[in-house]
This record gives sequence, C-alpha cells and structure tokens, in this order.
Amino acid sequence: MRFEARETIPHWLPWMAVAGAGIGTLCFAAILIAAAGASPLVGFRELLIGAFGSRNAITETGATATPLIFTGLAAAIAFRAKFWNIGAEGQLYAGALAVTYFGTGLIELPPFLMIPFLLIVACVAGGLTLLPMVLLRQFMRVDEVVTTLLTNFVIILLVSYLLEGPWKDPYSLGWPQGAAIIDAGALPQLVPRSRLHLGFAIAVVSAIIIWLVQSRTVFGFAGKAVGLNQSAARHAGIPVTKTIICIGLLSGGMAGLAGATETIGLKGYLTLDLSPGFGYTGIAVAMLGNLHPIGVIFAAIFIAIIYVGADAMSRAIDVPTYLADVIVATTVLAVLIGLVLVRYRVVMRG
Amino acid sequence: MIFDFLEVLVNAGFWAATIRIACPLLLATLGELVCERAGVLNLGIEGIMSIGAMVGWTAVYMGADLSTGILAAALVGAAFGLVHAGFTVYLGASQHVTGIGITLFASSMGYFAFRLLLPSSTTPPKIIAFQPLDIPIFSELPFLGEAFFQHTAFTYLAFLAVPFVLWLMNRTPFGLAVKVAGENPMALEAQGIDVLGVRTLAVIIGSALMALGGAYLTMSAFDAFYFGMVNGRGWIAVALVIFASWRPSKALLGALLFAGLDAYQVRAQQLAGAVIPYQFFLMLPYLLSIVAMVVAAKSTRYPKALLTPFRRGERH
Repeated sequence: MRFEARETIPHWLPWMAVAGAGIGTLCFAAILIAAAGASPLVGFRELLIGAFGSRNAITETGATATPLIFTGLAAAIAFRAKFWNIGAEGQLYAGALAVTYFGTGLIELPPFLMIPFLLIVACVAGGLTLLPMVLLRQFMRVDEVVTTLLTNFVIILLVSYLLEGPWKDPYSLGWPQGAAIIDAGALPQLVPRSRLHLGFAIAVVSAIIIWLVQSRTVFGFAGKAVGLNQSAARHAGIPVTKTIICIGLLSGGMAGLAGATETIGLKGYLTLDLSPGFGYTGIAVAMLGNLHPIGVIFAAIFIAIIYVGADAMSRAIDVPTYLADVIVATTVLAVLIGLVLVRYRVVMRG
Repeated sequence: MIFDFLEVLVNAGFWAATIRIACPLLLATLGELVCERAGVLNLGIEGIMSIGAMVGWTAVYMGADLSTGILAAALVGAAFGLVHAGFTVYLGASQHVTGIGITLFASSMGYFAFRLLLPSSTTPPKIIAFQPLDIPIFSELPFLGEAFFQHTAFTYLAFLAVPFVLWLMNRTPFGLAVKVAGENPMALEAQGIDVLGVRTLAVIIGSALMALGGAYLTMSAFDAFYFGMVNGRGWIAVALVIFASWRPSKALLGALLFAGLDAYQVRAQQLAGAVIPYQFFLMLPYLLSIVAMVVAAKSTRYPKALLTPFRRGERH
C-alpha cells in the first residue's frame, strides 16, 4: 500500500473528507457509549433531544456555539497562514478582562455605542496578547506553539489574581467573580427568556466578513500565500512579516471577542470558569470547518450540539460527560486522516 | 529578610524538593528530545503525560504492583506514540495539529476512562505510592543524605534515564540512525535504512518516556490522580528541549535548574506571600520557560528535518 499525490483535487472533496470525519467520529463515540454500558442508539437519541428537543435546548446550543465560532475563527485564520496560535484560551480571557475593566462602570455610554466599544476593546486586547508571540516568531525564530500555550497559563493566573484581589466583586459572597457589566454594555437576548444573545449574530457576521476578506482582498490572498509557502511568498513580493502580524492581531482579536460575548452576553460578569476550554476546542472547530470561515459556523454548531447534547445524555444514561471532550478530540484526528486522503489517493500495490 | 531568602538554599528539604520536581520534567524532556532528534515534533506530550499518570495509577489501584504500573504507563505512552507516528510519519499529517489532537484525545480519553472505572467520589481514592528508598551509607551523610539519597526508586529510575538516553543516542547504531533521520533522511534512505521505521520507533520510545513522566506524578510525587494534574508540564518540557539544544546532558541541567527555581518559588511564596500574591509565583515556571526559549533562540540549531515528513521516492 502506498500514497500517490492526486493531480487535481475537486473542490468538493475536502468537504466530503470533513463530513466523513464527522461520521467516523460519531461511530467511535458509539463504541465508547457501548463501552460505558449503554445503548448507542438510546445515547444518540438522548443527545439529539438534549440539543434540539425543546426551545430551551435549541437556544442553549446556539449560545454554546457562539464562543466556539469565535475561537474556531481564531484558529482557522491563523492556521490558514501556518501560524500555530494555540493561545486562544488566554486571548479569550484577555478579551473578558478588557470588557470587565471598561464595562463595569469606568465608562458609561448609551448601549448603541457601549456595546461596539466593548467589543472593540476586547478584540484589541486579544490581538495584543498574541502580538508578542508573533513578533518573537518572526524576528527571533521562537516557536509560537509553545509560547502561546504557556501564555494561556499565565493569563488564567492573572485572572485568578484579579478576581481574588483587586477586581473581586464585594457583593459576590466569597466567590471569586468580577463586578457586573453595566446594563448599557449587556448584549440583548435574541430569543426572550433564553441564554441566546446577540453575540451569536455577531459571530456569524464576523465569519462572513472574514470569508469576504479572505476571498476578495489582497490581504486575504497574501495570508493564503504565506501559509502555502513563506519563502515563495517573500520572493513574490508579499510583505510576509506584515501579513503575519495582521493575521495574528485578527486571530487573537477573534478569541478576545469570544471572551467578550461570554462576559457581556451570557454571564454578565467575569468568572474563572468563563471558558471550559473553548480556546482549545476552537482548534477542533477550525479543523472540522476545513479552516473555512463559513465552515467554522457549521462546525461550531456541530460541536455545540455535541457539548449540550452530551451533557443531557450523560444525565439520562450515566455516561461520563468527558465523552464530549473525547468526541471533540477525535474530530481533530479524523479530519487529519480525511485531509491526507484528499491530497493523496491510496494505491494498493499489486 | 534577605538572609531568609538565602537560607532556603542551605536547606536539605529544598534540594530534595528540587530533585522531586525535576523528575517528571526530566523524563518528559528526554522523551520529547528523542522524538525531535528523529525529526518529529511531539505536541501530544501533555496528553500522553496525563494518560500515563492515569493508567499507571489506575493499574496500581486495581491491584497491580508498582513496577507493573510503571510498565502499563510506558506501554500506553508507546501506543500513543505509535498513533502520533502513524499520522505524522506515515500519513505526513501536520505535526502541530496532530500533536494538539493527540493531547486533546489522550487527556479526554484518560478522564473518560477514569470516570468509567471509578465513579465520582468526594475524597479522591489513593494508592500506596513509591516509598523513600534510602541508599545505604550515602543516605546517612549529613545534608547530602537527606537531599539526594532518600528518594523513591522511581526517582532514581528517572535520573537513570539520562545515561540511558545518552547511551541510546550516542552509542548505538539506532541512535545514529535517529539523528540522521532528523537531519538528513535522504542520506539514511541511501544507506538502505527505513527512515519511517526509525522515526516511528524513536517516537514510540520518546512517548513511553513522556508517559513515565506523567506516571511519576501519580505514583511517586503524589498518590492520587487529579484532573488537570499535568498542568502544562508537557509544554514546559517542549521549551526545555529547545533550551537544552537537543542534548540529553543539557536537558538534565535544564530540568534541575527549572525544578530548583520552582522549588525556590514555593518557599519564597511562604516568605513573601503576604506581599506578593501567590498567582505571580505560580506564573514563574511558564514565564521562565518562555524566557528560556527566547534566550536559546539565538544559538539554537534545530534538527534540519524537524517538521518535514519524508516520503520514499519524493525529492525534498
């Protein structure tokens, strides 16, 4: 058996690979549900009911998809340029810190100015958090994977310090949490009496804008060229370093928006458990979305279904909730296999 | 006040703690080093350490003896190494994304299996972990005895990994093949040696070492398995490999230096905790790793073929 490079790749093939990876992952999940002593069919039924079975379930899935679209975009934008930003978790918290700093009374504006202002500061905070790692990689050849990963731990400790110390809400009865975001800064609900907020729409619009930028602008083309071959891009006169810096700012900014919308849309205040690893899950979302901004929207909804549904399933049939994390991780590996089969065909030697 | 900070250094407990903290880092760093020398970046390290910690502990909890626990951890590490090599060496998939995928997969599978085997309880179950094993005569020495010769068998084993890796890389034909696979795989192919096989074996051995690093946490440093207990040690090890410029002896130095600073940090926290919040002390290991990478970056010479998949019959 050997691999032979395909001469041409039909444009639909990568999407088939991604869909196949999703199905393969669900098959693997079925084995794990069976291993936990439950029936996979009942398990999947409970999962779907948990994610779609009621108005509440559907809005909950949308609410969970919101930060995943943002962190998925953060990873997709960076990975497309082969910039390995694994620091979305930290950048998410940087965005949450920024909205907490400005949105808890420091500045008061009417909502139509306050909300955009908070989103912008979160975006800037996320981007600036990633910037040093971009510069270290471009100018000192310091591997960005490790620096972005390590920065996650530093920022979460910083959040812990602020929430237990100077930023602690005195009315929170001992829980380490930040002061409440002022009413003018809170995102309105999309569906009344639910947790689905305007952040979902903002996330979808962001994905569409990024898709247009990637497919219609010189900057979008430059990013793709840098990802395919950095030295060829440099020879073709593309400002490689400038492009990577912009991509880094945009990627970090998207992760910052995830933290902002979770804080001003969902929770209303900053906590230490604001993100159960949305930054890392964003990598799976990006892979499953084929690093395409529109693909990211659908991948984020798929992963949100898994998260919300698996939670309901584990309550119903007693399968550990960690199953959701296993499924998310399996998608990453399954997509990788799929993408290899896109680039190469398997030839049986005979 | 200054005197208090210096006094820590003449405390045998500080040196003993340094040795203990160094062990998981040392094993993980050596494991990553073997992988990278063969040209394969293994970012699965964090997850492999986590599942190694879980499997070693669980085996003992289920009634196996401690050495069987160590063996089980090494085997599961090797298995994940095989998966990583299958993706990156044979399929030529992105080493970055595969590694992150393996980390997510190994740690979540570990947690899933742990919950399946041991339903949630308020007090974490414990095992009888490795007990201190005094080295005859040496452990009687004043100061030195307490600092260096009253450790567990697993600790001595971790330090023996240094001569083992040195011997493997520098004294065996396999070690030579690993180094060539990481520098110039075409030359290895020209010798009629299977590049993919050499790389795969190196990743398997390296990953087994990483899993032992994780198992040290649950079987020697502590006696229970906690969620998220690896806590970035894997990523720190990846930074230490760069700091050590891919040399086992410098990896030992790096791990000890790092562990010393970490042990010092805990003691300084007790001395200055009222003035400086503890979170800033906890940040130090991560910040120091970044600093170590920046310092090493200038003089660093990466294995030439690191991150480059090799395909038979394709030119590079």
